[in-house]
Amino acid sequence: MRYSKDVKIPIGPQHPALKEPESFLISLRGEKITAASVRLGYNHRGIEKACEERTYIQDLYLIERICGICSHSHSTCFVQAVEEIAGIEIPARARYVRTLIGELERIHSHLLWLGVAGHEIGFDTLLMYTWRDREIVMDILASTTGNRVNYGINTIGGVRRDINPQQNQQILEAVGILEDRTKYYISLATSESTLINRLSGVGLLSMEDAKQLGAVGPVARASGIARDVRKDDPYAAYADLDFKVITDSHCDVYGRTLVRMGELMQSYSIIRQIIQKIPGGPITVKSPRKIPVGEAVSRYEAPRGEDMHYVRANGTEKPDRVKVRAPTLANIQAVSKMLEDRYLADLPIVIAAIDPCFSCTDRTIAVNMSDGNKNTLTWQSLRLQSLQWYRDRGVDFTELNKKVMERFSTK
Amino acid sequence: MGIAIFHILVFPGLLFLTIFGFVAEYFDRKLCARLQNRIGPPWFQPIADFIKLLGKEEIMPREADVIVLKLIPLFALVACVTAILYIPIWGQQAIFSFNGDIIVVLYLLTIPTLAYFLGGWYSRSVYSMIGAVRTLTQLFAYEVPLFMCILASALLADTWSISEMVTFYNHHLGYWFCNLLGFAIAIVCLLGKLEKVPFDIPEAETEIVAGSFTEFGGKLLALLRMTFNIELVVVASLLAAVFLPFGLNFHPAIIFILYLIQVFSIIAVITFLRSLFARLRLDQMIAFCWKYLAPAAFAQVLINLILKGILPR
Repeated sequence: MRYSKDVKIPIGPQHPALKEPESFLISLRGEKITAASVRLGYNHRGIEKACEERTYIQDLYLIERICGICSHSHSTCFVQAVEEIAGIEIPARARYVRTLIGELERIHSHLLWLGVAGHEIGFDTLLMYTWRDREIVMDILASTTGNRVNYGINTIGGVRRDINPQQNQQILEAVGILEDRTKYYISLATSESTLINRLSGVGLLSMEDAKQLGAVGPVARASGIARDVRKDDPYAAYADLDFKVITDSHCDVYGRTLVRMGELMQSYSIIRQIIQKIPGGPITVKSPRKIPVGEAVSRYEAPRGEDMHYVRANGTEKPDRVKVRAPTLANIQAVSKMLEDRYLADLPIVIAAIDPCFSCTDRTIAVNMSDGNKNTLTWQSLRLQSLQWYRDRGVDFTELNKKVMERFSTK
Repeated sequence: MGIAIFHILVFPGLLFLTIFGFVAEYFDRKLCARLQNRIGPPWFQPIADFIKLLGKEEIMPREADVIVLKLIPLFALVACVTAILYIPIWGQQAIFSFNGDIIVVLYLLTIPTLAYFLGGWYSRSVYSMIGAVRTLTQLFAYEVPLFMCILASALLADTWSISEMVTFYNHHLGYWFCNLLGFAIAIVCLLGKLEKVPFDIPEAETEIVAGSFTEFGGKLLALLRMTFNIELVVVASLLAAVFLPFGLNFHPAIIFILYLIQVFSIIAVITFLRSLFARLRLDQMIAFCWKYLAPAAFAQVLINLILKGILPR
């Protein structure tokens, strides 16, 4: 009798546990995971290349669309790099507004994560509650910036919108409500037994492993590494503000939950300080259209971890090179480690615990051969390759193609 | 003969159960939605879902056993509908009853679970197979405590017929308190039987899509979903008959209304529980059932054995 001990099951590219297409191939023995392989690459959009063909101002809006959740992180990170190259010092008020939007974004991202985590372990009530509360901060973002998701508030040399005293009041009220709710969630997380049972001891990542695999953000902080760009390399207004870097020694998904909730509490305090300390004055300075030759690396603590942008300018109004390293790319390496010897049931929450954002992460690699041969594929060759791939598997699109062409030609 | 066919097809058989099942599904969904701070579906949503699914295309995996897949929902449905005939719902007497019918009902109610296993297994998809194995693994965990606490109640009444049990408890109303522990255990086991959170492991959406039912679609899925509803109603009716015997000697119509209230209360408790917890892992669920539920159910059996000797008949 022929049988194989391990069952291979695909999680993705299309799967209810995943919000974006990526593929995990899991080998199972019973309920235990024996091996896991991660495959990215379903979401490549060519944003870096597209950036090189647009002006800096256009890039700003494109970069903002890298991620649907931490959009402000990417745009701030990019704009900081550009400002560094151009030698622009932005007004203090602009720095505070950027920080304010950044922290509001952190709140909405962490609340969103908490809901998703609840859903992954079958706790839909938590999902409904946190997403209801998230609406409060979304409304605040909409009223201060004009948009719920891609705020479009950054511009080279400052910010595009000011906040008025009435908005300050609204923000303070919202923060008050959210603080109460977050306290409730913290008490829930520390007392609800099924939640603790499902989260603690799952997805272990020791401090050494976290360091070695280069984990960032809440994943690293939950393994006891106090790594936070806001403290290590303060940008925007963080140097003037008083806040703690939340760390935890649980090293598991439970620790990551506690870290995120602790960060929520810190964010509320940061926002209160911003409203209190925000200086007057202009919100933007004039910036040149052409950015002088130079290069810069900018770091930003996105809700998911350290975001890094590299920009090289060549003296024209378009950048020569833009490189984005989203936090998920740093954390995804740790997932295989976290999945070792775990159960299938833990897989969704372990993946969700790094708060993955796969469309931010997807890149292609072009290999330049040592003989100077650039391995470039043209559109035509890619198309032929895909047709051949399907033909090898018994699917022939030739007839279908003809029909489509006929229909188009008659119209 | 005519009256028997009426019982099987109309009341309390297929038609009544179908409508009751839809109402129960609506009640469950609406209550769950309100608990989760949502508005919830309109009253006709379960029926609309049913009709929509009937109109959908049926897609079968190439390697699946088509005949088994088509028969599975029917098997489960028939078993549930048969079981209701032995459960008294508008008086102290069920339509059919004999000494030992409680065993028959318990086994009839196990058939849907086995049917789900077979349906998953013969779908030949990895998600279905893992779901099917989980269904069966879970069965061994909750079935023993569930049987034990229902039979404990029968022990005290000294009969193996549900109708006679109801009559006995109506004459000795105070004895109902003896079975409270068993009732609580049975409710928890019900969550496992009906595959609801925290025991919805066999159909854990974020792990194995829909478990055993991943490959079902169209009419088959419509029938399956109807079976879930009917199973919910029948199992709740069984628990109402065994643990909540408040029939007394009223007019049958009043007893029927009481029965409806009992069933809806049990469904409400299930809904409350399923919106309160996160899904457990299979190993945690089995450990919980064998470490806590089974000993507690055993304690209930012991208590009832002792009480049977002490209490006056």
